[in-house]
Amino acid sequence: MSEPTGSTPPAIVTSRTWRQGSWELGRYLQSGGYEGLRKALAMTPEAVQAEVVTSNLLGRGGAGFEAGRKWSMLAQKPVRYLVVNGDESEPATFKDHMLIEGDPHQLIEGTVIAAYATGASLAFIYIRGEFALGIERLEAALEDAYRHGAVGPNIFGSGFSLDVVVHPGAGAYICGEETALLESLEGKRGFPRIKPPYFPAAVGLYGAPTVVNNVETVSNLPWIVTHGGAAFAALGQGRSTGTRIFALSGHVNRPGNYEIEMVKTTFRDLIESPRLGGGVRDGRQVKAFIPGGVSAPWFGPEHLDLPLGQDEVGKAGSMLGSGAVTVMDDTTCAVRAAWRITKFFWRESCGQCTPCREGSGWLEKVMRRIELGQGREEDLDLLIDACDNISPGLRWPPAQTTICVLGPSIPSSITSAIHRFRDEFLLHVKEGGCPFPGALPR
Amino acid sequence: MTDARQPSSVENEEITIQLNGVEVGARPGELIIAAAERAGVYIPRFCYHPRMRSVGMCRMCLVEVKGPRGFALTPACFASVAPGMEILTDSPGVAKAQDGVLEFLLLNHPLDCPVCDKGGECPLQDQTMTYGPGESRFVEEKRHWPKPISISPLVDLDRERCIQCDRCTRFASEIAGDPLINFFGRGDHIEVATFPDRPFASYFSGNTVQICPVGALTASPYRFKARPWDLEQVESTCTTCGVGCRMAVQSSSGRLVRNLGIDVDSVNQGWLCDKGRFSFQAIESPSRRRGPLVRKGESFGEASWQEALRGVAGACSRAASSGGRIAVLGGAHLANEDAYAWARFAKGVLQTDWVDAQLADGLPAELIQGLPRATIDEACSAKAILLVGPDPREELPVLFLRLRSALTSGRTRLVELTPQSTSLSSLAASSLRYLPGEMQSVLRSLLGTRGTAGAELPSAKALEAARVTLGMAPGGAVAGGDGGEGVVVLFGRASLAEPADATAEVVGMIADSMPAARFLHLGRRGNLQGALDAGLAPGMLPGRVSLAAGRERYGSAWEGLPPEKGEDARGIVAAAASGRVDVLFLLGADPLSDFPDRALAKAALERARFVVSIETIRSPSSDHADVVLAASGWAERPGTTTNIEGRVSVVAQKVVPPGTARPDWMIAEELSALLDRPMGFQTLEDIRDEMRRLSPLHRGLGREAFAALAAGDGLVLPLAAAPVTLRPRLVDPMSVPGVGSVDSQGSPSLAGNARAGWDLDSGEEEDASQVKPDTALGDFSWTDRPVADSAPPRDGYSLRLVVSRRLYDAGMAVAESPALAGLAEAVSIRVHPSEIEGLGLHSGDPVAVVCPQGRVTMKALSDASVSKGVALVQFNAVGSSEERVLFGVGRPVHEIRLESR
Ligand SMILES: Cc1cc2nc3c(=O)[nH]c(=O)nc-3n(C[C@H](O)[C@H](O)[C@H](O)COP(=O)(O)O)c2cc1C
Ligand code: SF4
Ligand code: SF4
Ligand code: SF4
Ligand code: FES
Repeated sequence: MSEPTGSTPPAIVTSRTWRQGSWELGRYLQSGGYEGLRKALAMTPEAVQAEVVTSNLLGRGGAGFEAGRKWSMLAQKPVRYLVVNGDESEPATFKDHMLIEGDPHQLIEGTVIAAYATGASLAFIYIRGEFALGIERLEAALEDAYRHGAVGPNIFGSGFSLDVVVHPGAGAYICGEETALLESLEGKRGFPRIKPPYFPAAVGLYGAPTVVNNVETVSNLPWIVTHGGAAFAALGQGRSTGTRIFALSGHVNRPGNYEIEMVKTTFRDLIESPRLGGGVRDGRQVKAFIPGGVSAPWFGPEHLDLPLGQDEVGKAGSMLGSGAVTVMDDTTCAVRAAWRITKFFWRESCGQCTPCREGSGWLEKVMRRIELGQGREEDLDLLIDACDNISPGLRWPPAQTTICVLGPSIPSSITSAIHRFRDEFLLHVKEGGCPFPGALPR
Repeated sequence: MTDARQPSSVENEEITIQLNGVEVGARPGELIIAAAERAGVYIPRFCYHPRMRSVGMCRMCLVEVKGPRGFALTPACFASVAPGMEILTDSPGVAKAQDGVLEFLLLNHPLDCPVCDKGGECPLQDQTMTYGPGESRFVEEKRHWPKPISISPLVDLDRERCIQCDRCTRFASEIAGDPLINFFGRGDHIEVATFPDRPFASYFSGNTVQICPVGALTASPYRFKARPWDLEQVESTCTTCGVGCRMAVQSSSGRLVRNLGIDVDSVNQGWLCDKGRFSFQAIESPSRRRGPLVRKGESFGEASWQEALRGVAGACSRAASSGGRIAVLGGAHLANEDAYAWARFAKGVLQTDWVDAQLADGLPAELIQGLPRATIDEACSAKAILLVGPDPREELPVLFLRLRSALTSGRTRLVELTPQSTSLSSLAASSLRYLPGEMQSVLRSLLGTRGTAGAELPSAKALEAARVTLGMAPGGAVAGGDGGEGVVVLFGRASLAEPADATAEVVGMIADSMPAARFLHLGRRGNLQGALDAGLAPGMLPGRVSLAAGRERYGSAWEGLPPEKGEDARGIVAAAASGRVDVLFLLGADPLSDFPDRALAKAALERARFVVSIETIRSPSSDHADVVLAASGWAERPGTTTNIEGRVSVVAQKVVPPGTARPDWMIAEELSALLDRPMGFQTLEDIRDEMRRLSPLHRGLGREAFAALAAGDGLVLPLAAAPVTLRPRLVDPMSVPGVGSVDSQGSPSLAGNARAGWDLDSGEEEDASQVKPDTALGDFSWTDRPVADSAPPRDGYSLRLVVSRRLYDAGMAVAESPALAGLAEAVSIRVHPSEIEGLGLHSGDPVAVVCPQGRVTMKALSDASVSKGVALVQFNAVGSSEERVLFGVGRPVHEIRLESR
């Protein structure tokens, strides 16, 4: 991993990831590793929690829920669990991947801090099964951390003890959804749980109160404890404090992970700054971009000057979601792009809810048909209506009538594409195929 | 079997909701779908089932509920009502959602309706017609699977038709406790699947077929047999075992084709076991008796009824005039009315008290009849249950389902006192195991009384857990505990290799030390309770009245009674075997299969002077008969039956008996006429009239009561002092698809309609409200406590036998039903793995079983759930009668040794 020349200082979670051997304990200790944990253990759990509340750290897993508030909702039962969500499986999202491989000790340190602050008696790191190298490095790091006394009984002589279990997933995107993840951890099918109960903080793993936090969320904790919640809150603006990793992909010259202070930067900066995305490839124009993962509605060039802030993007009708920004230049076929995303959801729907299970497959087939030249004009109304039957009203944020939000996420790409590029769909219909480069044989 | 479905009275409605703008009452915490249904608003559904946990998967039940941000679509099967909640079930938004879900469901659904068994009674069809789109906009290729695959010998699965509602899978894991089917794959390629090499072998698999809302699951016995619109049905009761599950019995062109469970809250809650569901096939067995047979030398010849009955009457009068002995065995498969007619014929006309409905495989009738009784509901809500008897799953399957749900939901707790683990052991608060012969000692150690020397006792921890659960004082002292308050004791014969007296003694000790406890008899045979209530036991008269106490009442009405108490089955068989029985009636009884000592039974049949078998299907025993009379069986005659609780319900006629077979009561009546002592029963009503008049137990079973019987939950006798109330039954067409549709579109049903029952007579009516339960209990109580012979000391080299029944055995219900016959296991001996290893053998190897009576060879199976020192043999297993050499009746224990051959 090369130095992320683009990151605007301060780099909070990526301060080490670009260095040689950044995953090794020695290197970690040299750069102040486990100091945050030592400091936290000297504080009361309540005080640690208070720092996190002050920092206003928003969850980095997709929903953007304040971590401190989530912790405070945890039912005060004797057995409580912490689960770190490292299932990162959404297309174009690869920030946790880097954090796990590049700085596993930071993740472990954050995990122990979170467990200490929430009073969890056992912590799990659920990690996407395909992250072979990440699993290897995390497990090795965990062993070192045990030996170092940072995990296990009586951590750093504080009297606080914690075991951390690394659990690889078995290849299902849906297991990133927190309740499906808990089912999976329990050894069951990865079916999201029906709500209510709404929060694992009330009823979680094995029925016990459970905090589920994203890898990046947790990786911020050592810095927050070391430097104080106020220092974190001083970065960013409004509700969006601190920095955040944006996984930039698509038609940019310099795709990659960039840690950026929130709100202070715009999408245009992210895409065009020579230190960041380095501009659209071949000097082309941005046709559209996805601001926060494949569940998010698409933005167009008119949104390029929006700041990278949670509420700012939300108000404009989309979301920062998983922090994956995907740029499409003007050679991109909107139909094919939306079809590809739909295909992902079709393959990954868990199959519980009729609209998601059946709707995803139907939409995929219709999109495919249009892209391959068998489309009909009335298919556009059909697509919109079928989307409406999955997420009634097609509002943003979407109305949810299914068990989890995967279902209501399906329409985003299709309705965005139809809304913005209706002509392109009609062109596919008229010409009996895809007019863009790279079209599949009909 | 969750509590989602509550009794349908309106008193406990405490809140009001706004349903489509109308204020209606609802119960706090109730699901919207249930509250709306009671208010007359039906919300369409697929995955919701009132007896199972809601999963909210199909999304068919979406309704609009007003929240802080206006109306939002919400699954009515998952959201609970709240005071003032505004709910719309008929808004444009709801209609669009319903239309959308149905269109989605049909995308991949094959166009099989014309060839699908479900067609015509299919909730997917019906709800599409009502709520769905007229046409599909789907023009692509549907998903395909090979059709159908067999997931068990009884169930076929067509995955193309599956709508992934999770009903079958939920039933299997949550209700039956057989998690053998589950979803496999994800998205629109999710499929119901079994585990590799493990078929869906569950005693309850038919229920999944019954609740599948499409034609994805079909039962092989019914596949392609009929269409709902040419089915007829009556509501009836299963008499395969003593639970008395209510069912819709369906026929097509005069042949039975299907049984479906009916949701009777207090009994089977909609479920059936596979034996009860499919054993109707037996009535079409090639061995079905179609008319009378009379022995002519070595073989039988067909005879007219007149000839056959004359022969029987002649034998009876010869016996009577020579002071000979007449005995009657059996009757536990008859309807109540038949049993009554036979009780009067035997005791009033033939004046013999050598009558026993059991075959030495049960418990003394006095014990069963004399203890304070509990209902199934009472057991399921008891503070604690004490099981002293067989595994309920093997003998009374649906009772097992009720108990299992009561235990998993935490409504009650279980203590077991059994010689082997049962299907409920994993849910028990404490399982007390005993070595055969030491049941009494283990009970004494629980009660903290003396007399446990030498016995192998459970751990102190298990004993103390049992005491706490049963509300006993620490250490078991009788004083200081709560006397069994809230405890229900389930009792029966756990092992046929232990004498009935041992169980009876233990039950007696329990009754003495827990005076407030109530008892539920685990009586396996269909209408055993009805037979006992009719007096088919030595020393008994109809209505739980003893011969002594009822002498005056019945003696004058019947113009005669036996002079003294007679012998029970054990005495009858022994007497017959020594040539001391002149006429032996077998009333649907098969001693060769059911009497524990087969050699003795055989001798009895050979040496009884005249044997009459009244049966529906040829039994091994009737090969020894002099006359065989063909009786009409279940579904071929109307009547009533009584379950283990004492609940009387209707068994309806659905088909015509074959040949000249006729009801048992008619045979009794005709014999009485030939003996010049006609009982005067011309119709069933005549019998019911007399029962109501003479039997204190049946008093009050008048017109109203019978209306309740036919349409409701049945009635538990004796009737309570409260007037009989008819509780309307909410029938959700989705709970049992097939019952409602056959009702509405099947052919009009004439034969034996359950609704035209006993209430049509004009006999004197007694107001049910005037009947006191105490008077109805009659004058009978159980005082004659047996004390069993004590077991000899243990011999370290021997294994003690436990002989118990499994659901599928060599009995006729299984053997004569093609669907079930293959499910019965061959005879084997199960022991702890160490016993087999000790012989250097492997599980499945043949082994020699040595006992004082001889030596037999059978397959040895290792089973870690069998206690050391114990060997388990299935009674009446298929393929061999050899196990009968190993044990008999009367001895306190049976010891065997295993040797490699
Ligand atoms: C379909 C689906 C997939 C998800 N995948 C992930 C994931 O891979 N990683 C993750 O951290 N959160 C994922 N989430 C979000 C989690 O449910 C949850 O909100 C998050 O882990 C909470 O952590 P945070 O509060 O730290 O953001 C997913 C949600 C949905 C609906
Ligand atoms: S919305 Fe889709 S992924 Fe989520 S629970 Fe329902 S079927 Fe599964
Ligand atoms: S087989 Fe039938 S009951 Fe089972 S999930 Fe499919 S549709 Fe539901
Ligand atoms: S449990 Fe008994 S009564 Fe019920 S269906 Fe089975 S055999 Fe019939
Ligand atoms: S979701 Fe309510 S009935 Fe299926």
